[in-house]
Amino acid sequence: MRLSPDSLIYLQWGFVKLNATIVFTWALMLVLAVSAKLITRRLSTSHERSGWQNLLEIVVTAIQKQIEEIGLSRPERYLSFLGTLFLFVATASVFTIVPGYEAPTSSLSTTTALALCVLVAAPVFGITQQGLGGYLKTYVEPTFVMLPFNIISEVSRTLALAVRLFGNMMSGAMIVAILLTIMPFVLPAVMTVLGLLTGMVQAYIFSILAAVYIAAATRARKPKPEPKADTTPAHAT
Amino acid sequence: MLIDWFTVGAQVLNFALLVFLMRRFLYKPILAAIAAREKKIAAELADADAQKAEAGKERDDLRQKNESFDQERAALMSEARDEAKAERQRLLAEARKAAEALSAKRQETLANEATQLNGALVRKTQAEVFAIARKTLTDLATVSLEERVGEVFTRRLRELKGEAKERLGASLKSQSSPAIVRSAFELPPEQRAAIQQALNETFSSEVRIRFEAAPDLVSGIELSTEGQKLAWSIADYLSTLEKAVAQLLKDSHKPPAAKPKPEPTEEPIAEAKRP
Repeated sequence: MRLSPDSLIYLQWGFVKLNATIVFTWALMLVLAVSAKLITRRLSTSHERSGWQNLLEIVVTAIQKQIEEIGLSRPERYLSFLGTLFLFVATASVFTIVPGYEAPTSSLSTTTALALCVLVAAPVFGITQQGLGGYLKTYVEPTFVMLPFNIISEVSRTLALAVRLFGNMMSGAMIVAILLTIMPFVLPAVMTVLGLLTGMVQAYIFSILAAVYIAAATRARKPKPEPKADTTPAHAT
Repeated sequence: MLIDWFTVGAQVLNFALLVFLMRRFLYKPILAAIAAREKKIAAELADADAQKAEAGKERDDLRQKNESFDQERAALMSEARDEAKAERQRLLAEARKAAEALSAKRQETLANEATQLNGALVRKTQAEVFAIARKTLTDLATVSLEERVGEVFTRRLRELKGEAKERLGASLKSQSSPAIVRSAFELPPEQRAAIQQALNETFSSEVRIRFEAAPDLVSGIELSTEGQKLAWSIADYLSTLEKAVAQLLKDSHKPPAAKPKPEPTEEPIAEAKRP
């Protein structure tokens, strides 16, 4: 029994190895890119369009709307990053219904990688939005005393992001595996369905949190009725 | 250890690649398509609005045109009605005038007929009276009517006096050609001589005369010089009769069309008048 698809190694040259995580990630990337390419190959700009195009338009506009609701004023700027996060995590969990498939997101390495990406992306967006000084100033707000806590918060939330996704995805697969040994009929299927649900929820949570962190870093929130409202994001559970 | 750092690095790269791929193949084209569609819809809506506005404008124009057309038509109709009325009045007046003219003409015709009838009656009466008178004179005397006429003329000539006689005498003396004595019939030589003698005695000089027959005199004798005329004829008597007959016709025909005929004289008189 494996805790992570990382341990399933197909090829290895010293430090460099080709494990199941990387292979399934490539597979997902291939599926996403090829299907996107196929669907967007003949896009219609008229009122009549294909069902697939409609689906993609719904997905893209829904993500855009969510980003806007978080408080990011120009969602198309963050759409590529946040949208891909959501789509990758969601697709990774959806494909769990395929036998023999192991979600890359059930590997702590993958979730860490994604969390690190968020950790890097937030300051990058923040600096491009309000400059280096402006961004760094957010660490000493409201007082200089808060600097260490802000840094700890930055690190800990990245850790939490990585571990939350990993835990949920891994546990889902683990529960199904354990249940298979106890009761091989019906119940694993139900648990798989539940796993799909939790996978979608986790994809949503992961990308929403990433959006919130970026919003906090850019401070590019829309003007609210109360100008002195606390812009510090609430820490995720 | 659950975290394999090589895998972490590989996944970061993979994710970055995926972000690039999705951006390239998904978000950009989809957003572009949506933007294009929205633009197209906006353009169509604007076009529809423009067409609607244009249609509204055209409708207003049409309504305005219709109204002006109606007004024009009403104006034309009233004008035509007025013209027809005027034309009717004119035609009526014309017809009335024509009827009046016709009636006047008819009356004139009637009057003419009456005049002609009168004339015919007069002529007939003259002829009858002449015939009766001649017959009566012939029956009563041995002398012919012509002789009596000559006698009467001669007597009248002798009875001539005053201004008329002087004027006639002066005219007879001054003229170069002989005076003309017209009679309805050829005068016999004795009568011619009697007339010559009466003239000579009346004017105390040799008067040159020439005799002519003029049947239109209806039994009578007329002496005419240059500018002067002495006449006696039954026509004068007949004028009196004609007047009486005309009066009779006037009374029997209303409206009387016949105008009084030539001035009738109570009695045939020898008068001098200018031709």
